[in-house]
Amino acid sequence: MYFKLKIWRQKSPEDKGGFQFYELDDVSPDMSFLEMIDVLNESLEIKGVEPVHFDHDCREGICGTCSMFINGRPHGPQRGVTTCQLHMRSFNDGDTITIEPWRARSFPVIKDLVVDRSAFDRIIQAGGFVSVSTGGVPDANEIPISTNIANEAMDAASCIGCGACVAACKNASAMLFVAAKISQLALLPQGKIEAASRAENMVVQMDSEGFGTCTNTEACVAECPKEIGLVHIARMNREYFFAKQSSENISLR
Amino acid sequence: MNLDAKIPEGPLVEKWTRHKFNIKLVNPANKRKYDIIVIGTGLAGASAAASLAELGYNIKSFCFQDSPRRAHSIAAQGGINASKNYQNDGDSDYRLFYDTIKGGDYRSREANVYRLAEVSSSIIDQCVAQGVPFAREYGGLLDNRSFGGAQVSRTFYARGQTGQQLLLGAYSAISRQIANSKVQIFPRTEMLDLVLVDGQARGVVVRDLVTGKIESHSSHAVILSTGGYGNVFYLSTNAMASNATAAWRAHKRGALFANPCFTQIHPTCIPVSGEHQSKLTLMSESLRNDGRIWVPKKGIRGLTAKDALRIPEEERDYFLERRYPAFGNLVPRDVASRNAKMVCDEGRGVGATGLAVFLDFADTIQRDGRDVIEQKYGNLFDMYKQITADDPYNVPMMIYPAVHYTMGGLWVDYNLMTNIHGLYALGECNFSDHGANRLGASALMQGLADGYFVIPYTIGDYLANMPYRKISVDHEAFQLAEKHVKDRIENLLNINGNRTVDDFHKELGKIMWDYCGMSRNEEGLKHAKQEVIKLRDEFWKDLKVIGTHEELNMSLEKANRVADFFELGELMIDDALQRSESCGGHFREESQTEEGEALRIDDEFSFVAAWKFTGKDQPEELIKEELIFENVKLTQRSYK
Ligand SMILES: Cc1cc2nc3c(=O)[nH]c(=O)nc-3n(C[C@H](O)[C@H](O)[C@H](O)COP(=O)(O)OP(=O)(O)OC[C@H]3O[C@@H](n4cnc5c(N)ncnc54)[C@H](O)[C@@H]3O)c2cc1C
Ligand code: SF4
Ligand code: FES
Repeated sequence: MYFKLKIWRQKSPEDKGGFQFYELDDVSPDMSFLEMIDVLNESLEIKGVEPVHFDHDCREGICGTCSMFINGRPHGPQRGVTTCQLHMRSFNDGDTITIEPWRARSFPVIKDLVVDRSAFDRIIQAGGFVSVSTGGVPDANEIPISTNIANEAMDAASCIGCGACVAACKNASAMLFVAAKISQLALLPQGKIEAASRAENMVVQMDSEGFGTCTNTEACVAECPKEIGLVHIARMNREYFFAKQSSENISLR
Repeated sequence: MNLDAKIPEGPLVEKWTRHKFNIKLVNPANKRKYDIIVIGTGLAGASAAASLAELGYNIKSFCFQDSPRRAHSIAAQGGINASKNYQNDGDSDYRLFYDTIKGGDYRSREANVYRLAEVSSSIIDQCVAQGVPFAREYGGLLDNRSFGGAQVSRTFYARGQTGQQLLLGAYSAISRQIANSKVQIFPRTEMLDLVLVDGQARGVVVRDLVTGKIESHSSHAVILSTGGYGNVFYLSTNAMASNATAAWRAHKRGALFANPCFTQIHPTCIPVSGEHQSKLTLMSESLRNDGRIWVPKKGIRGLTAKDALRIPEEERDYFLERRYPAFGNLVPRDVASRNAKMVCDEGRGVGATGLAVFLDFADTIQRDGRDVIEQKYGNLFDMYKQITADDPYNVPMMIYPAVHYTMGGLWVDYNLMTNIHGLYALGECNFSDHGANRLGASALMQGLADGYFVIPYTIGDYLANMPYRKISVDHEAFQLAEKHVKDRIENLLNINGNRTVDDFHKELGKIMWDYCGMSRNEEGLKHAKQEVIKLRDEFWKDLKVIGTHEELNMSLEKANRVADFFELGELMIDDALQRSESCGGHFREESQTEEGEALRIDDEFSFVAAWKFTGKDQPEELIKEELIFENVKLTQRSYK
């Protein structure tokens, strides 16, 4: 297969950046998208040109590291898959493919397609945990959980923290990511005790990181590679309003 | 040099309890006077950092990924073992211990393995308390599945994403301590050297991968939890950036490297599709619970998965069920892998390359219904379809063995301390618990056991004798190490040759796979050693790395890692040569039973091979730790 590639190159955070054009021939349809970029990079390096920098690690769709905005969509054209799981058979011979980094104020570009997503870590640090220390916990089977609840919590917990939801949203809102964690822990008995303060603290952090507000366009759910559902945003809103009404979260009052 | 594993006295089942009582404690108020560096945020590193911070120590935690949540542990699929005996099927600490020792082909320490089994139940309790959404039965209690090498159901799982959920649990614990300012986190930062002062590990030199800045960090103890070295083979199921650099640099500072040749080849991976292949994808071993492995009785070239449906039952060879009626498709990994290779070598392999066997779910789908299979393996089936374009609900999967895990690693004693005082190694980067072969679902167990339940106790014993005084990073030892690191980076950038890092890495991987992979012999190993040395020389003469070191430079990162793979690869070959017996994942063709099974030679090889670095281009020195078995009787493993 033959492709024209239009790729965002940016030397450093300060650099203005711009698109560069490349051509690539002899691409096998069985290659993954990232393997295609590997081939491009090999050829660039041989020519003495700096390879295109991009984030990736597991190449199995689970670590959430890969993050390419392909033809105007985070993780490319296919629903429910990450960039690393995308295969060239999803494209047509001769296509022009445009590749950009995630674009959001809270995810500054480091180089080429690599962005800084540490804002997500700081949101989790604000409350995305159950406050138990190692040891001294009850036997696992002393906390029975119905399969429905366990399954729904698991759906939420499947979020890989990739940031596609932010990249997809015109407001660069992080609602889906934040909702996934709040919802997972609010569903489970282990997380209930801190549910109110968690929702408030995580939302405060989300806002202070500069993520936009949610205006219910649902672009995030359409592009999330793990198909995290809208129901989690609804649950998060419930938790948040409940927290605001109740007097539980004394720390923020 | 005499190796003391510091195994406590007393009967097996009491050793850990006694040891915990006998070791020194650090007074709670004094813990905050000690700084500990933890390299790695996988299951082992994140659990250790969080637990030690909870106790009051000051932790600095490092990883090369952009977030601690992305460590390679995230990719583990199948599950985690624990001897809870929730299924009432006869499990116990002793049985888990026994299965692990036997599964490891009697090349691990009894005391370590028993402790692992003993703390396994607490791990599950801990993870559930954190909110890890394990699979449950309708009554709301935890569900289990079976895994290779065991006849009880003791594996806990969260769909096909167990590693992800356990890691996110540990990540939440470490996040809480970051918020508490007890853990300082350094993502996108790579350790490139270990610093010793008066023979004690007192810090590290790291590179900020974004700015390229080389910096030193000082501490009272250093913990490595940096994962395995399977990527020596280029193609493996490990994440792309997994590497051996931290462990290898520690080795070159004096830490012994144990059993480097013990690598695990996993039987159920998606076969290689072409030259462009950058990594291999594992299909969880749990699939062997319900899938049946077969090839046609007579070889058929280029048999596709669709064609398979037309092959009648009597022309199929379910070779594992045939050869091992007791364990069938659930034999340990090394046995399953070798058998797959054997039938392919006989010309009975399937698929375009002939290097694949079928893993067939038709019978189970018929028996249990598609829903049940979807519930258990949905995401794995989707992933398979995504990669191969075949739908495993309708046609059998094709699988082939691939490098997956490294049992070898830094030598540690019972306290998980290496032979360097104050340097600890946890998780996959140590050698401790899996002998010559690891059972499925035991790596997650070991990583979390080390981090949550072993190191928090054993490190106190060391620190209790340490003065509080901190060492400044202006100390000469730090300055020298920094210079060493900088010089090496300069060297890599200055070669200015013609070949890319990946090009070299691929070639190294091929040599290792061909001669030091699933089956090994003396002649091949000797040949491989020469090849590796030759290629390494060429690497240092003809490598091309573009860009500078004062910026994000992923080719430079990779070159730095591959340079270490070359040295480690050579040591793996030396170790494989030295061990002329077969055991577990190490199959020496010269040492097999009449039926072609691995033949151990216990009188000669019941030892841990710990290698000591003696200087550049010098042969490493082999130091043996004899393995003493007081509780299990060594038998030839049989899964018939
Ligand atoms: C595809 C796959 C599936 C698996 N499935 C299972 C399973 O079902 N059950 C099971 O028990 N086991 C499984 N395993 C094995 C298991 O996942 C690993 O052995 C285990 O997760 C290793 O954990 P770890 O904490 O030791 O290291 P890792 O998770 O590999 O973490 C290493 C950490 O060290 C850091 N690091 C490394 N070097 C440096 C350096 N120089 N400087 C700074 N940081 C560094 C990395 O950034 C990372 O944070 C699987 C493995 C694979 C590949
Ligand atoms: S919610 Fe979906 S898109 Fe957003 S970070 Fe999680 S997995 Fe990625
Ligand atoms: S590289 Fe891990 S999700 Fe894509």
